[in-house]
Amino acid sequence: MVNLFAMFLLTMLMITAIAIVRTRDLFVAVMLTGIFSLLMSAIFFILDAADVALTEAAIGAGITTVLFLGALALTADRERTVPYSRWLPGIVVAITTLIVIYATFDKPRLGDPMAPVHQHVAPWYLEKTPELIGIPNVVTAVLGSFRGYDTMGELIVIFTACIGVLFLLGGTNGKGIQPRSNESEALDVTLSHHVIPRVVGRLLIPFIVLFGLYVQFHGEFGPGGGFQAGSIIAAGIILYSLLEGEQLAFAALPRWTLMAMAAGGAILYGAVGIAGIAMGGNFLDYSVLTNDPVLGQQIGILIIEAGVGITVCGALLAIFHAINARVRG
Amino acid sequence: MELFGLFNYWTFAVLLMIGFYAVIAKSNHVKKLIGLYIFQSAVFLLYITMDKVDGGTAPIIQEGVADQIFSNPIPQVLILTAIVVGISTTALGLAIVIRIKEAYGTIEEHEVREMDRRVQ
Repeated sequence: MVNLFAMFLLTMLMITAIAIVRTRDLFVAVMLTGIFSLLMSAIFFILDAADVALTEAAIGAGITTVLFLGALALTADRERTVPYSRWLPGIVVAITTLIVIYATFDKPRLGDPMAPVHQHVAPWYLEKTPELIGIPNVVTAVLGSFRGYDTMGELIVIFTACIGVLFLLGGTNGKGIQPRSNESEALDVTLSHHVIPRVVGRLLIPFIVLFGLYVQFHGEFGPGGGFQAGSIIAAGIILYSLLEGEQLAFAALPRWTLMAMAAGGAILYGAVGIAGIAMGGNFLDYSVLTNDPVLGQQIGILIIEAGVGITVCGALLAIFHAINARVRG
Repeated sequence: MELFGLFNYWTFAVLLMIGFYAVIAKSNHVKKLIGLYIFQSAVFLLYITMDKVDGGTAPIIQEGVADQIFSNPIPQVLILTAIVVGISTTALGLAIVIRIKEAYGTIEEHEVREMDRRVQ
């Protein structure tokens, strides 16, 4: 089925991508990246991927932009001209694009119900979720239970990336300058003298966090879950630290809390898996957690989603503060 | 008109290669990371395009509604986690770029290479 609105959005997406690559001003490029993510999120929604759209909107349009801007403040905001010509990469890319487009003619058309991807294990998941897990959102059921190992691995990757950022930016910068590890010296450049963002932000932040909690605990019934909720809550707290300064943000959530969250969520996830073994099942088999296997699955998914949310929120906030706390070298 | 059912895949190809171009042709490291970000978004688009079923809806089962067609949940699960992993790895890349800036005073690849050559 051809959807003209989707095609319009896809065209806008391509134009935005070209503009991002062409502009020399990195600040403009980062802002356009936010627009790119928002368009992408709308396209995901049109393609029936409500959970993915929610994640992309919170992560791509919100947190990515903030992290890139933080990095620009520490590096440079303009691209320099290069002394060599770029016709070779241009030709390689043009030829590869044509080859990939040629390859797409063998793909099934958009929305074809007979496409191979719909014939394998997906119908089984859709059929068995009400019986085995008993929750309406099949995406959450697959994420939390059927493919729980994958999700745990992804969570460990996020945790590892967070540790990597802290190792890279937590020490000295080679010139003997320490980053501000002391919370009382935290960056006090805020937007607090801008009245309108501050007032509107103060009104919005409680609702952003509340919405995050709703997304977290309603993930079994509607679009949502730990990944989305963690990013939404992190975005809300990042907004708070941008408006009120890092000092107040650290007063609310000290640095060690963020570390404990990033590690604790992953441990909670693993602990549920080990509890499954201890109660006579397999690793991450939630059916044995209670006498009723379906209830056990629901409790297991609730706990691991909470673990996911805690780790994602803690890791994203720790990364944000690590980049922000760096002294200009 | 039937051919436009492939438009999503064409967009995927173009976005993939725009991102790839930024990675290989641009000298600025932040721009390379933005290119990588476009590249990974193109892959997300490829997966999510495959989940769509005609007349389908998001895979959330409603009680009392029979004969619903659902889009495929598996690509959604894969990409949902990949987006969050993507931002974590992008942040790691940005951290490395910040360290390069502190060590060399520049984030342009050709200038960094020039400095390395002079040291040797």
